Amino acid sequence: MARFAAFREDKPHVFLLLLMMAVALLLMDPRTWVLLTISGLAMGAMVFLMASGMTLTFGLMNVLNLAHGAFISLGAFAGASVLVWLSSQASEPSLLINLAAILPALGFALVVAGLLGLVFERLVIKPVYGDHLKQILVTVGGSIIIMELIHVVWGPNEIPVPRPEALTGAFLLPEALPVIGGVALEKYRLIAVVLGLAIYGLMSWIIERTRVGILIRAGVESREMVEVQGYRIRLLFLGVFVAGSALAGLGGAMWAMYREIITAHMGDELMISVIVVIILGGLGSIKGCFYGAVLVGLINLYVGYLEPRLAAVATVGLMVGVLMWRPQGLIPVIKV
Amino acid sequence: MAESIVSLSGVRADIDQYHILHGVDLEVPAGELTVLLGRNGAGKSTTLRTIMGLTTVTDGKVRFRGEDITGQPTPRIARKGIAFVPENMGIFSLLTVRENMVLAAVNGPMDPARLDWVFDLFPPLKKFWDRPAGNLSGGQKQMLAIARAIIEPRELLLVDEPTKGLAPAIINDLAGAFEQLKQQQVTVLLVEQNFNFSRRLGQSAAVMNDGGVVWSGQMTELADNDDLQHELLGLGLGEHQ
Amino acid sequence: MLNGMFNRILSGDYPRSRALSALLVVIGVCLALGPFLFPGVRAFSMLGMICVFIIVVASYDLMLGYTHIVSFAHTMFFGIGAYGVAMSTDVFGSGFGAVFIGIGGAVLMSILLSLLLGLLSLRVKAIFFALVTLAVAFAFLSLVTQLYNITGGEDGLAVRSPRELGPAFRPFDSTVPGFSVIDFITGVFTQGSIGQAFNDALFEVRINGRHLMYYITFVISLVVFLFLLRMVNSPFGRVLQAIRENEFRAQALGYRTVFYRTAAVIVSAMLATLAGVLFALINRYVNPENTLNFELMVFILLMCVIGGMGTLYGAVVGTAVFLLAQNYLQDLLGLLVSNAEPGSLFAELAGPDRWLLWFGLLFVLSVYFFPSGIVGQLRLWAERRRERKADKTPVASPMKQES
Repeated sequence: MARFAAFREDKPHVFLLLLMMAVALLLMDPRTWVLLTISGLAMGAMVFLMASGMTLTFGLMNVLNLAHGAFISLGAFAGASVLVWLSSQASEPSLLINLAAILPALGFALVVAGLLGLVFERLVIKPVYGDHLKQILVTVGGSIIIMELIHVVWGPNEIPVPRPEALTGAFLLPEALPVIGGVALEKYRLIAVVLGLAIYGLMSWIIERTRVGILIRAGVESREMVEVQGYRIRLLFLGVFVAGSALAGLGGAMWAMYREIITAHMGDELMISVIVVIILGGLGSIKGCFYGAVLVGLINLYVGYLEPRLAAVATVGLMVGVLMWRPQGLIPVIKV
Repeated sequence: MAESIVSLSGVRADIDQYHILHGVDLEVPAGELTVLLGRNGAGKSTTLRTIMGLTTVTDGKVRFRGEDITGQPTPRIARKGIAFVPENMGIFSLLTVRENMVLAAVNGPMDPARLDWVFDLFPPLKKFWDRPAGNLSGGQKQMLAIARAIIEPRELLLVDEPTKGLAPAIINDLAGAFEQLKQQQVTVLLVEQNFNFSRRLGQSAAVMNDGGVVWSGQMTELADNDDLQHELLGLGLGEHQ
Repeated sequence: MLNGMFNRILSGDYPRSRALSALLVVIGVCLALGPFLFPGVRAFSMLGMICVFIIVVASYDLMLGYTHIVSFAHTMFFGIGAYGVAMSTDVFGSGFGAVFIGIGGAVLMSILLSLLLGLLSLRVKAIFFALVTLAVAFAFLSLVTQLYNITGGEDGLAVRSPRELGPAFRPFDSTVPGFSVIDFITGVFTQGSIGQAFNDALFEVRINGRHLMYYITFVISLVVFLFLLRMVNSPFGRVLQAIRENEFRAQALGYRTVFYRTAAVIVSAMLATLAGVLFALINRYVNPENTLNFELMVFILLMCVIGGMGTLYGAVVGTAVFLLAQNYLQDLLGLLVSNAEPGSLFAELAGPDRWLLWFGLLFVLSVYFFPSGIVGQLRLWAERRRERKADKTPVASPMKQES
């Protein structure tokens, strides 16, 4: 019993994850559970991409950027535009040819969002460092402006996004498998999970093993001491902000191919999930962000199936619940 | 008197809206260990922080090796060869000892010989090399803080109350480390309340009060003169610790 | 003696700027006599909205301007009030009893939710609080949108307000004359004859229940404003401002800041709920978009900041300016692009649908360059003028007692 309590204290993220998956398994049949879990993981992977930038920015720079959602939207539209433009490649059944459309789309989304991040940081955020209130006001205003500009460039209507041919459809699990034989696993969702894990792995490696990662972790603890050691932390800030914005754009582009339809305001809705993720996971922690995103994805899908009207409430309720249990989040890095 | 490595002239400095330094004149001789003494709240820590560029200087000049560094950004000042060990040690508790040291070595990989020297001075650092720095005891953290400041050769060390809250045995170890630094002619500006530590190590001394320097001279002058101590510090130095 | 009376009414918190006083008088007169000065349904509806949103924005200023609490849940409380009345009249019919049941239910729910938020603010640091309120407000919006059977979902609910407050109720048969200032002025220029313009500007007002509702709203709005003015100038209000300046110091002085902050949140929520009730009765239709939307929340923020945070007068000015702009800026932009080629970049950027783009830009610029908002800026100019005048006088004149 003591071991269990210790496990719950030491690894609350794993505990919560297992708890959620177990409860869900009790409430539905295994086949549905497998489908929903894969979908939840896929959503979690994409939300992780979107949220990772914000948790680093907030954690490292103590900057609250409420325009983050607009970057997600922009990435979605940028990626969608490339896909539409390269629709001949995208509609081929061969994965290889599809990649000639997918990679530019994702790349373009990354670059556009990253560039906007650069401009945004220098122009909008830099003058209001240290003033949270002004940051909130200014980034909300910035978000409005960016979304309006999306309307100007792409028009006010929602845009359908053609999912590349090779990524449509599903794998069928072999019939012979017990219980879950014959379940159809959507290809795109699996890809999303794989990509999300890969990027999580890459980010973890950078954060844990490289000098830049050490700098980031040190800066999250104490900006001042990093400067005292002789590092220009402002440059690091800029780099992190641009990377975070680029990742938001990438997440947006992936979400675009997932949902296959986008509007300028999709960023706003996804921001709620992002906010829940970073608060849940713990500020400044990539690991916490990943687990938080997985939890958010799963609860969205599980509750979405069991009682669809309560999906959003359940997500926010999860956040409130975790906050009561652990006010710093699951894997706190910073004492907030 | 050796030439000054750092000189402050008429420096006024603020922290937020509070005026802390009201015209500080200080010369720190090169190659020596200078102790900065004074009551709590006299402005000693702020003086160190001002040299490091961490406060807002409203008047006066700070010079390093003759160059005016007033108002320069902290990283630039640090890169000129000034290391700062703050009162709260400033170690990164979530990073391992190794990572703390890697960061401190701004100019590239650590020199193995120098690292060995640091391990000699502070054996616990080798023992806890891959452990989070937050797990170290107070004394060990202080060792790490100083080790970071000396892993690469520096021209000037600013150290703020290193012995605060430490056991006498550890203080002794620290004193030994500083003595080795003195032999290497590293300039040290040390803020200290511990009299024995100050007298053992200090060559020059300066006393601060109310945001200004009220006396400066040789350590021996001050240590041998009880009346002067009472006048400047209110108590004899022996009563400090 | 008149001075003393003003002093008590305004709780000693004067506009402190002649330009601002003039502006407030104009707004006040326009609102007080509005139905008789501005003909047409559109104008009448906007007057009502201004009164309602003065309550919303002023109560928001109590949190944002006076205590530096950023909350995105204000629309939630507004919506609770609006939906409370809407759902209650939907179920219980259109009597005043139903209205009061709705109010009671709404107030109860608001108290519970604001206590929850207060509790959460205990657990998380201030900057998290803003995000948490955003998430909670979104969850509420989603709930309302999803529970179609109770709330009408995306379609919303028509409010069956009491007959006495509706257009069918006629307290007296004769009409009251109204005089449209705007038509008069334009008439003078276009017609040339003052007499003719005067005649053309006259219009007739058939008093009905909607006017009654409007004046109820107007009076409540005025009372709430003066109440808030009293509150921020009271010891309670001063503690809030102390918390705003330096919470740690306020705590060190012995104030249980958590209580004060939570109290501010609760009062603010109550007033927003009240405004929601008035909105439902005056607008006679509620849906998620006009009560709970995030865009509405941003508008409230804009009105508060543009008017001037921490001044309360800013809420009045900001609301009036914003709602006027929202309504008429679109017309202006439409005029601007009427000659432009459709589909061109100019048409896209300056089209009436893009009024928010320009407003957003103005907002961001004002945060950088005029952070104190319209009211703050007017007061600053007035103060500078006073200082320059004081410098000019060779002998110090006896200072008039400004209470």
